[in-house]
Amino acid sequence: MNLDFASNADYFFALAPEILLSIWAMVVLLAGVRKESDSRPPGEGTTLGWLSLVGLLLAAMANGWLYGVTQDAPGAMITIDGFRLFANWLFILGAGLTILVSMSYVGRQRLQSGEFYSLILLATVGMMVMGGTRNLILLFLALETMSIGAYVLTAFNRRDRRSAEGGLKYFLLGSFSSGFLLYGIALVWGATGSVHLPEIGATVAAGAGLSGLLLAGMALLLIGFAFKIAAVPFHMWTPDVYEGAPMPATAFMAAAVKAASFVAFVRVFLEAFPALYESWYPVVWWLAALTMIVANLIALSQANIKRMLAYSSVAHGGYLLVALAAASQLATAGLLFYLLVYTIMNIGAFAIVMVVSGHSEERLQLDDYSGFGWQQPTLAVLFTIFLLSLAGFPGTGGFMAKIYLLQGAVDSQLWTLAILLVLATVVSYYYYLRVAWYMWMRDAPAETTEGAGYWAPIPVQMVLLLSAGVLLYLGIFPGGLLDGALAGAEGLGLAREPFFGFLP
Amino acid sequence: MTALLQAIGYEAWALHALIWLPLVGLAAVLLSSEERARQIAFGWTSALFVLSLGLWWSFDPGGELFQLTSRTDWISAWGVSYALGVDGISLFMILLTTLTMPLAILGAFRYIRERQRAFYALMLLLQTGIIGVFASMDLFLFYVFFELTLVPMYFIIGVWGGERRVYAAIKFFLYTAVGSLLMLVAILYVYMQARMAAGGAGSFFYLDLLGTSLTLGEQLWLLAAFALAFAIKVPIFPLHTWLPDAHVEAPTPGSVVLAAVLLKMGTYGFLRFVLPFFPDAAIHPTVVMVMLTLGVIGIVYAAWVAAVQPDAKKLVAYTSVAHMGFVVLGIFALTVNGIQGGLFVMISHGISTGALFLLLGMLYERRHTREIEAFGGLAKVAPLMATAFVITALASIGLPGTSGFIGEFLALLGTFERYPVIAFIGATGVIFAAYYMLPMVQRILFNQLEREENRTLPDLTPREIAVLGPLLALMIILGVFPTPVLERMEPGVRAIVEYVDEGARGGALATLKREHETGTAELVQEPRTPRVEQAELGRTSHHGERYSPAPSWTPSPEMAANRPPWPGPVNLPVTTVFTHGDQG
Repeated sequence: MNLDFASNADYFFALAPEILLSIWAMVVLLAGVRKESDSRPPGEGTTLGWLSLVGLLLAAMANGWLYGVTQDAPGAMITIDGFRLFANWLFILGAGLTILVSMSYVGRQRLQSGEFYSLILLATVGMMVMGGTRNLILLFLALETMSIGAYVLTAFNRRDRRSAEGGLKYFLLGSFSSGFLLYGIALVWGATGSVHLPEIGATVAAGAGLSGLLLAGMALLLIGFAFKIAAVPFHMWTPDVYEGAPMPATAFMAAAVKAASFVAFVRVFLEAFPALYESWYPVVWWLAALTMIVANLIALSQANIKRMLAYSSVAHGGYLLVALAAASQLATAGLLFYLLVYTIMNIGAFAIVMVVSGHSEERLQLDDYSGFGWQQPTLAVLFTIFLLSLAGFPGTGGFMAKIYLLQGAVDSQLWTLAILLVLATVVSYYYYLRVAWYMWMRDAPAETTEGAGYWAPIPVQMVLLLSAGVLLYLGIFPGGLLDGALAGAEGLGLAREPFFGFLP
Repeated sequence: MTALLQAIGYEAWALHALIWLPLVGLAAVLLSSEERARQIAFGWTSALFVLSLGLWWSFDPGGELFQLTSRTDWISAWGVSYALGVDGISLFMILLTTLTMPLAILGAFRYIRERQRAFYALMLLLQTGIIGVFASMDLFLFYVFFELTLVPMYFIIGVWGGERRVYAAIKFFLYTAVGSLLMLVAILYVYMQARMAAGGAGSFFYLDLLGTSLTLGEQLWLLAAFALAFAIKVPIFPLHTWLPDAHVEAPTPGSVVLAAVLLKMGTYGFLRFVLPFFPDAAIHPTVVMVMLTLGVIGIVYAAWVAAVQPDAKKLVAYTSVAHMGFVVLGIFALTVNGIQGGLFVMISHGISTGALFLLLGMLYERRHTREIEAFGGLAKVAPLMATAFVITALASIGLPGTSGFIGEFLALLGTFERYPVIAFIGATGVIFAAYYMLPMVQRILFNQLEREENRTLPDLTPREIAVLGPLLALMIILGVFPTPVLERMEPGVRAIVEYVDEGARGGALATLKREHETGTAELVQEPRTPRVEQAELGRTSHHGERYSPAPSWTPSPEMAANRPPWPGPVNLPVTTVFTHGDQG
């Protein structure tokens, strides 16, 4: 099927996954309202959870169908390219895993399941549009759709002060960064007369509209995105928000929301501003370097495992920024692959933390993991796999992903960043392995009874086994997915003269 | 024997089996009961040792440089292949590993009392990693296995170790990781350069990366990154500080494997990758002098430090640093004798230090202390143990007639051919070895039997005799008949020397590289190329024989009889490879 966007009906085809998912979010919401009127037995969230998963499955099928669709209208607001479709898999996977993890959680915490799931689905719609649009206005709308979903999800547990605090912080800082973004879009429009990425790219490449206005707009866009992906020094909100949010929401934010921001970041900068690469490259370079160094160093001193994972996710953002600084097709492919692996391992790790933390989320300190390994060997082995993968250890998907990023960096001759990346990885070994050493090398405190309160219902077990299995599989046979990522990065990369020298 | 092995197709599956069968054993151990785990692990590793013995006969000292080769695409997007092969260098490392494992496990029977299943499972995982390191012919594969050995060792030290086990485990892990991750960047650099030179298709295959043209400056940087990784592993003098901690805190079987095999991954890396990949940098006078000096400092310094250790295990740990100093000397002297000596020290050190750690473990099981002062006069109450101890100590010092002598003598001889002063200083290390080892032997075994608790110290049990017996026998046998080992090593060593020395890029390694580039490249390396084209082309090997690869290749009888050269179907007469006997 070929779309030329001559008629508006073509947009319906091009947006099939998003439209399906939006409708489904409404269905879930209504179903939730109907259920709301009954007196709710605990564990009721499951039905709605499976219902939401069906919606994601439909969206996934529509996304698969889009592979057979071509378009020949570069001016359209929505594009159907490998990048978008690959990113969509990422978001659908992230949302699906989150919903599986949260199924029993919402029941246990007595959250309104209909709203919870539909918010996840709507935020996913926002992400999917972010990945697929070439229009800055639409991008902003999609970003807000996603962000508002994420704000509400953070504050979703009304009975918990920390959740409310996190939600408020996230909302304030998030809106602030959206403001930057919007202002940046306005300035770019003012300088180039367009909000369409390829047109901006063409105008900038032609040298027209090159002005302080354009550079200022680009800088504001950069700041806005840096907020969203929590790059140092714009990361301050992350630990509090991640700590306060309900656990599945944290997993969702750390994985999918960050992935979506990255996808949009990459598309905007590689499609609209490739000609200004020399201007934004040093900034991205420093952001990447600072993020890797600072986040890893702070993570070293975290005793709360949720905060540790929060800083670890900031650090992973730094690794991903290296790919953006490299700005080649290889690097973008590495970024896509890394995002996929990162989504899986991060949600897996958060799922374990959720299981261990218990009913009222009280067991969150490293100390609580003392002797955990010998009490719950299966869970602990899975957690060790996730940690090793986060650390980028051979045999896991995290290793292949890190190699891919490194290849991109080395290919673009970013020596200092490549070396910083591996040194930061060594630092990260320490805090990931520290969890392993609490689990396996310390004895459990005497008073805990065996296996008290560890609570892993079947959907969570599914997530754990599935993600660990996929990570190991990708760690041994990444082949097919590597090709997929490379195809997905088609056209997103610039051929550039290699820079020499250690600093940008 | 050779015929029998050929009949059962040993060459085709031996290396795969040695790498992957430990994982089957791992599954069996995990599924068994806590009490049976050690028996299964011991039985399984022993069976693997017997299996690996076939390598001895299957490896033809006069044959191709790399044998038992195989290569399959693994991650085709990056040109990573699952390529295996052994030469005279890795052959003995593999045999050393398969020998050490069952003995270490047998020696652990009384030491490891808790969480036995997990322990033996990790040991088997470790074996997979180590064999993989020595058998890999693909740099990526090598790196994966190299790193893979870290995780089981981390847990072995950290869970079953002594007082400061967590500190030692994390120190071991981080030290090694820093080096190997920087090496990873260097690996990727070489890969990118080779890919650029090849015009697009990248590959991590050993022979593809070999001879990548790099400027001297690049080579020096890359050598620094590789050498850092391997020098930490060896360990070479200023980077050795993780070793005493790891050795002392590790449980006995962990120390044995660490000393006997894991350290050798470092020196092996120097021989296999550092020298041939960066030949100009490796013969750069400054680099050579730095490495030799560090080697000599390691020998002398470690000997002095060892001499004052009150803890017997720490003393033995420092002797490892000293012994590995000899290996470094031998390698960087870049003479056939030197490298062969270095390799022989690696084997001999694996056997004798492994045995020393086992003996100290046995003492510890009896007395729960490793302080030298706590013993004395044991020769009277435990004569068998004392005999074993003395023989092992003498082999470790390098007394003529033991394996230690051959290695150190050859290494020093090889060094003397080029750097007499260095060799002279290094030779004093042999004297210092006597200075630290003999007093320890005297204070533990002889002197007065003063302490009451030592009077009832039981002698070796039959199980312990079974552990030590093979090692003691090997110390003597290798000391008296080193030739069968040396003749198998020689082609591999000579190939490296001839390739690297004076930037000659000659010898068997260069021949192999040429063959790889001209002859077999299309058939094996790029399966996507249409076969018809190759059939039409026909090729002339540099030996002048014309052959036409058939569209689907099946071995002809005479091809099957000869072993195929690397890694595929070209059937070349083996005439140029150096055989034993043309030495000098």
